[in-house]
Amino acid sequence: MKINIDNKSYEVANDSTILEVCKLLNIDIPTLCYDERLTPHSACRMCLVEVEGAKNLVTSCSTRVRDGMRVFTNNEKVRSARREVLDLLLSNHPMECLNCEKSGRCKLQNYAYEYDLVDGTFKGETRKGEIDSSNPFYIYDPEKCILCGLCVRVCDELQCSHAIGFEDRGFDTIVATPFREGLINSECVSCGNCVSVCPVGALVPKSLEKFRHWETKEVRTTCSYCGVGCQIDLKVKDDKVLGAQPAFDGVNQGLLCVKGKFAYKFISHPDRLKTPLIKKNGEFVEASWEEAYRLIRQKATNIKEESGADSFAGLTSARCTNEDNYLFQKLFRAVIGTNNVDHCARL
Amino acid sequence: MLVMDMLDEIKDKNRKQLEERLTQKGGYIIDEDGIKLDGDYFKKQVRIALKNCDIIDPTNIEEYIAMDGYFSLKNILNNMSQQEVIDIMKQSGLRGRGGAGFPTGRKWETALQYSSDKKYVICNADEGDPGAFMDRSILEKDPHSVLEAMAIAGFAIGSDQGFIYVRAEYPVAVKRLKAAIAQAKEYGVLGENIFGTNFNFDIELRLGAGAFVCGEGTALIESIEGKRGMPRTKIYRTAHRGLWQKPTIINNVETLANIPVIFQKGVDWFTKIGTEKSPGTKVFALVGKIETAGLVEVPMGMPLHEIIYDIGGGVPDGKSFKAVQTGGPSGGCIPENLLDTPVDFESLAKIGSIMGSGGMVVMDNTDCMVDIAKFFLDFTVDESCGKCVPCREGTKRMLELLEKITSGNGKKEDIDTMERLAVTISSASLCGLGQTAANPVVSTLRYFRDEYEAHVMDKKCPAGSCQSLLQYFITDKCIGCTKCAKVCPVHCISGKVKQLHVIDQDICIKCGACQETCPVNAITRS
Repeated sequence: MKINIDNKSYEVANDSTILEVCKLLNIDIPTLCYDERLTPHSACRMCLVEVEGAKNLVTSCSTRVRDGMRVFTNNEKVRSARREVLDLLLSNHPMECLNCEKSGRCKLQNYAYEYDLVDGTFKGETRKGEIDSSNPFYIYDPEKCILCGLCVRVCDELQCSHAIGFEDRGFDTIVATPFREGLINSECVSCGNCVSVCPVGALVPKSLEKFRHWETKEVRTTCSYCGVGCQIDLKVKDDKVLGAQPAFDGVNQGLLCVKGKFAYKFISHPDRLKTPLIKKNGEFVEASWEEAYRLIRQKATNIKEESGADSFAGLTSARCTNEDNYLFQKLFRAVIGTNNVDHCARL
Repeated sequence: MLVMDMLDEIKDKNRKQLEERLTQKGGYIIDEDGIKLDGDYFKKQVRIALKNCDIIDPTNIEEYIAMDGYFSLKNILNNMSQQEVIDIMKQSGLRGRGGAGFPTGRKWETALQYSSDKKYVICNADEGDPGAFMDRSILEKDPHSVLEAMAIAGFAIGSDQGFIYVRAEYPVAVKRLKAAIAQAKEYGVLGENIFGTNFNFDIELRLGAGAFVCGEGTALIESIEGKRGMPRTKIYRTAHRGLWQKPTIINNVETLANIPVIFQKGVDWFTKIGTEKSPGTKVFALVGKIETAGLVEVPMGMPLHEIIYDIGGGVPDGKSFKAVQTGGPSGGCIPENLLDTPVDFESLAKIGSIMGSGGMVVMDNTDCMVDIAKFFLDFTVDESCGKCVPCREGTKRMLELLEKITSGNGKKEDIDTMERLAVTISSASLCGLGQTAANPVVSTLRYFRDEYEAHVMDKKCPAGSCQSLLQYFITDKCIGCTKCAKVCPVHCISGKVKQLHVIDQDICIKCGACQETCPVNAITRS
């Protein structure tokens, strides 16, 4: 079908929303509550556009394109509505950007800059709430929250933990755990997917290190905890990993588990083993890989000669990749010569 | 099991008994046109949705049948196709009485078009506008009219399951509905094989938990699904993907109560009542500063002054009329010079109000219009679900501005800010609640701007209603009886016995206790 966006005609696919079409066409539309993996929520009202003939402005995230539709994504009416919405959000948001962990990566900050807003212009009551720091890995600050609902929906629709929800109504609405018993007492599995989607500084990882996002570089890696192969963009400053963000273009589609998201501190831990250790005279001594392999090979050969190949048994893990498991059984069957090989998922 | 022929038998038997009982009781007109309530209050009314209210015993299905109840359903199941039912609904021009005025027939036709293994009929009985009780009366006094209409709707769209979403604050309505559903099933007019045909239709109740926003169709659906009552963003229409993503129609109680009568008396009869674009009647809850408050059902198009003066008897206590508020918190205030406006969807919208679900609050010269706007906005702020930014944050800021103005701290630019904010809230909010939330402010600014300006510029409340802007003075009439000083809760009145007393304006909380207690009317308010 044909539609007209900002006075240009385009041929677009049926059954898409205006926002989806605009993303494909590289037409920028601001969003705070949109996530392509989730059901449209249409709460932030930042993606408002004008559709000719419609009574009110419409949210592009939830309006499907129609043949012959005329859309204006950036005219004065649209911009002023977005600016007012931002103004309302900023008026109920602590202006602590100087000390906020999210500074530089905050969508609200970026849009405030884009729409020339220094501060919220409505001086009145602001949302009050206590920081929930009961979870060992992240904190929730309800005063910084803009109630976009991404955390609630990612927890419901993708992680399926249903640990958090909206509580109270209207201006008093906050994101909370059932009966406000705190994250640690909820169904939360600490996956941190809520933290990954939070557009502002309301949900941030607990971190001992101070850093600014612009000081870091992102390094793509594959998570080594299990065989799924989740892609992670590690946040690295001075060769030190300071955070992990799930990649959208990997098999994990922007999701991680508690290990992938938060368990990266071992990388630069002083106790971490960096070389193999060989016990000599009752004490472990650092050795080279070559030395270690030589010792294993020598011991394996001796045992095989003395007790036969079936005196060996190999146990691998279902969490290793298929490739790792294949090679492991190959080692036992072809090299050592036994079929005594199994893995931990046979329980 | 009630077979088709037994309906006539039940009707004849009970009609006679009913007429005898009502004749004995008095206050009714019983003639060949039917049974009506007698009295001046009812003379100008045309009762369709309320036709059985205060006439039949709502706990007895046989009295509903005596008033031709369930004959429409019987006739439809016996003689009509789904499309024929929908065609009649479309021809009748019946529009949703919940407020939006969407044509009922078109809604049903959309739901019929989509094939699905399951479809739902929902009755929206979550009446929540302050001062409105139209639906409550129908549910309590004529529950079977709603059940019959839902079964008709179920047949028309191909649904076998209905839900009535009724607020838990209406315990009598809930009790009557439960009893009515049980009776209807016992008589075979609900449940399986209705009237012996292969049409099945069951109705269940779902109770609301006090959220006004659950009267909004999609929030209501979320609530029935067991989720938090927040409006959905509409990618698809409810008639396409509604309750549990199945085709669903939602009709308001009053809309439904009209339907059996339309099928009974015919489209020609119905369309002669009311106006061309808004046929039929509308029930209003006429309340506030009015001589005779109560429910009035009038033909659409009746001018406001006829309702207020000819039916309601005008403003009592010798005070003068100032405005009438229609449409509840989504509506607007209409001034005296527009009282010849006919009540129908288009005319009320044109003057900045809405028909709404039927609240009609009359105000007199002691009501401050800024304070009224504040009252309604306070309600909306309380009832906003908190989902979208303009409604959650915007209405709160508007309320804060109104509080500033009524407390005497308003500035001229505050009025401009409110007007700007009103545009955003109306055009950018997600659901009807937000989109209409600014109406009370916009309409009072349109017709009573001078009152806002008096509050802001002169720091005065012309109606003498905003406490912070009042001042109490003791005049020379004072006899020095000390009564006022004794009654003052903050001890701000001083003076010796038999001498003129003085009020310390800095401490006075403007409670008015001194004025009430003064035996010689020496205390004035300005």
